[in-house]
Amino acid sequence: MTRWLSPAGFAVLASACAGAGAQSSPAPQPAPAAATATPASTDSTSVDRPQYVSTYRRRTNPPVLIRNATVLTAAGQEIPNASVLFRDGKIVSVGTNLTAPSDAVVVDGSGKFVTPGIIDTHSHLGVYAAPGTFGENDGNEATNPVTAEVWAEHSIWPQDPQIPLAIAGGVTVMQVLPGSANLIGGRSATVRLVPARTVQEMKFPGAPYGVKFACGENPKRVYQNRGPSTRMGNMAGYRAAFIQAEQYRQRWDKWLKDRKGDAPGRDLRSETLAGVLRGDISVQNHCYRADEMAQMLDLAKEFGFKIRSFHHGIEAYKVADLLAANGTAASIWSDWGGFKMEAFDPILENAALVTQAGARAVIHTDSPDGIQRMNQDMAKAYYAGVRAGITLTRDQAIKWITANPAWVLGLDAWTGTLEAGKMADVVLWSGDPFSVYSKAEKVWNEGWLVFDRLDPTRQYKTDFNVGQTAPGVGR
Amino acid sequence: MKRPNSVNGERSTGNCGQRSTVNGQRLGRVLLLTLIVPTALPPSRLTAQTGAIALTGATVYPVSGPRIPNGTVLIQDGRITAVGANVAIPAGATRVDAAGKWITPGLIHANANAGLGVSGLGAFQEGRIQGEINPSFNPVEGIDPAAFGIAVVRTGGVTGGVLVPGGSFFPGQAPAVSFAGDHVEDMLVRRNAAMVLDLSDNSKAAGGGSRAGTMALVRRLFDDALEYARRKPDFQRAAIQPLSAPAKELEALLPVLRGEVPLAISANRRIDIENALRLKREYRLRVVLLNGVEAWQVAKDIAAAGVPVVLEPNRDIPSFDGLGARLDNATLLREAGVDVIIAQGDPGGERNLRYAAGNAVRNGMSWDDALKAVTLAPASAFGFTDYGTLAPGKVANLVIWSGDPFDFSAVAEKVYIKGREQPLRTRETELRDKYRTLPPPS
Repeated sequence: MTRWLSPAGFAVLASACAGAGAQSSPAPQPAPAAATATPASTDSTSVDRPQYVSTYRRRTNPPVLIRNATVLTAAGQEIPNASVLFRDGKIVSVGTNLTAPSDAVVVDGSGKFVTPGIIDTHSHLGVYAAPGTFGENDGNEATNPVTAEVWAEHSIWPQDPQIPLAIAGGVTVMQVLPGSANLIGGRSATVRLVPARTVQEMKFPGAPYGVKFACGENPKRVYQNRGPSTRMGNMAGYRAAFIQAEQYRQRWDKWLKDRKGDAPGRDLRSETLAGVLRGDISVQNHCYRADEMAQMLDLAKEFGFKIRSFHHGIEAYKVADLLAANGTAASIWSDWGGFKMEAFDPILENAALVTQAGARAVIHTDSPDGIQRMNQDMAKAYYAGVRAGITLTRDQAIKWITANPAWVLGLDAWTGTLEAGKMADVVLWSGDPFSVYSKAEKVWNEGWLVFDRLDPTRQYKTDFNVGQTAPGVGR
Repeated sequence: MKRPNSVNGERSTGNCGQRSTVNGQRLGRVLLLTLIVPTALPPSRLTAQTGAIALTGATVYPVSGPRIPNGTVLIQDGRITAVGANVAIPAGATRVDAAGKWITPGLIHANANAGLGVSGLGAFQEGRIQGEINPSFNPVEGIDPAAFGIAVVRTGGVTGGVLVPGGSFFPGQAPAVSFAGDHVEDMLVRRNAAMVLDLSDNSKAAGGGSRAGTMALVRRLFDDALEYARRKPDFQRAAIQPLSAPAKELEALLPVLRGEVPLAISANRRIDIENALRLKREYRLRVVLLNGVEAWQVAKDIAAAGVPVVLEPNRDIPSFDGLGARLDNATLLREAGVDVIIAQGDPGGERNLRYAAGNAVRNGMSWDDALKAVTLAPASAFGFTDYGTLAPGKVANLVIWSGDPFDFSAVAEKVYIKGREQPLRTRETELRDKYRTLPPPS
């Protein structure tokens, strides 16, 4: 199973299965050679050929030195009047006494702030693309409660005009998930937000796959006429799928060991779930209610896997101790809620209380609007926590949209903080990212300046945006 | 016309209602109200606060005038009696030290839902009925003063709102309310603050599949209403051609056609906005635009027509109902002289109106204009100008903030509605306190 992995990729996966509650990130590992395409499949037991390989290439750029800015590293520090130097797609150093190499582009950061690139663990950009017609409604394969065989990357439309809007919000990496109609909705894709013609050009090389689970109301509503139609039916559906996957995994493990006779038949559905059982594919679980999170954690124990993160965990604060003990993150909003019964109990202090309990909180969006202002959702949750008297630092809050989502996606060895050796996913903000008035001014994606608010030639437009000039309009 | 709260991965959630008890109680309450007040609700009976209250030492933003450093706001009998730097405080007045704080009028949400239903859950909302021609529908008797959402909205310094009915074409009338009171009569500011007409993609079906058909049907309804008003005796003798809607629906359009009630037209695409302006000219209507995604493209025409625009300042995602969505819509409209009103469809709730105003500033609007856009501008557009400013004689709906109300670091510390300080406890704060330590104390 490890033969498709680069050494760095394996290190990430090893951390993915590492379990309980560790808050410390693993030491930065060497990133995969940027120009080397890492095989897409991390778990294939079935084919010897690579599947849907990333063709993303890091761009060659001169070194960049940002000077005189307030730097929020998401690694424990907020440094005033500091500099960030990056070269060849990697952070070289962060500190107060840096000098610019002779070939460096120097950016004056006076009065400005620098953070790591923002990471969204929960997006549907590309699979529910604008302009929002039936034609690009590709997020839910709502034809069976278990569709572990579908891959989100096969739906992503790289010309979704929402992608450049998210880039302008400082987002550099996102996990695109299938929708939540199904118990098991399919594999996620982790992509960089960069101009691209194909999704392969966006795929984060070596990123492990995730798989989307959905608890509660959605599956039982969508399938009420054929089942599951209850929460107990949901759980039975999961267990049946994993019983099959266990058998599938055993058949393949046996054959891979001795290679005798014909290979077992290939089944995409069980292949994905066998990847979960091996710890190669992370479980990304849409789950609102506290009691249901506890059920899912027990399901994971029954079959011997981990749940990497709950998503939309509106009631995470009620079981934050359980999340900490299980090493499961909570991807949440600051203040959404009330839109259905299982979302009835939102509180503004959710992220703060989860953090206080020692579990990983993540601010996620599930929204093409929200992804443009993730710093604002972070700020709302931060100030709510502080006002409620919960001990919380700005560094911990910045982690909710950078280092912690990097961990959820298995990328924390490579990105999510401003530390030497990490990938140069960097945002320069016009002001404090905790303020409503601040905007992402420049966004570097692995050292590539993909957005500059002050330079219209550095503002990417998708094909959909081309040629849409209103008649008689001056601006 | 509001964007659905559900999101892509979520889509809609039809909730199978299993709250028969609650529904039963609510039904009884609505019926009772109907029996007591068959036609119109009596004026507000919320007992106004009586003794004088002096809020001192704050930076006061009256909206009707310039900022007052170290100012005082004096309240009596639910109204503001004085605002200024040198206000004489009557003996016996309750003094509230607001040094270092900011005081603004209570914010007004011009496209609200709070109170239309007990819970905030979509399936329990009361703001829409079936059908497409409902000018006589007014959701007032579906407003629940005990709705959880009302308390939440107040925590964002939102003291009033225009409750816009949902649905397509002519979904109904929009009442204006204050977010306090034990009975809907206490809450009502204006029973019929606007008639709503949707000319967006939502209403194509009503017109047979084309916007042109939708416009033709609007004109037929207006013409029939006028005809009906002129020839009521003929109508009663059935000596009139069949009309395009029942008499009660045509009757409900008459205040609009007399210019007494504004027509709030939801339109996003430029041609829909131009159609709205045509209707205004042809029938001499008072018009307020709702949503207006491409309004910036015809900003000068909108300004010349004197039409205010209610918009969501973060709306920048293109759809075929409005390909020209852009973040500086509000800014461009203000520069052209349009009265802009800020609303928002943020799923975090209507309490976040202040952040929508902050984002308008982020996108280029002046701070003063943004404050006006959530206070005086909606009050003026919907005809309740005794709200929305801090000036003598105005209703004492106001907020003491810990700092800049548009930014995340500040909070509404005290919220006054009709001079009474409002509780800021909500279900949310009670759940927080219950689970502050784990496991929760039993």
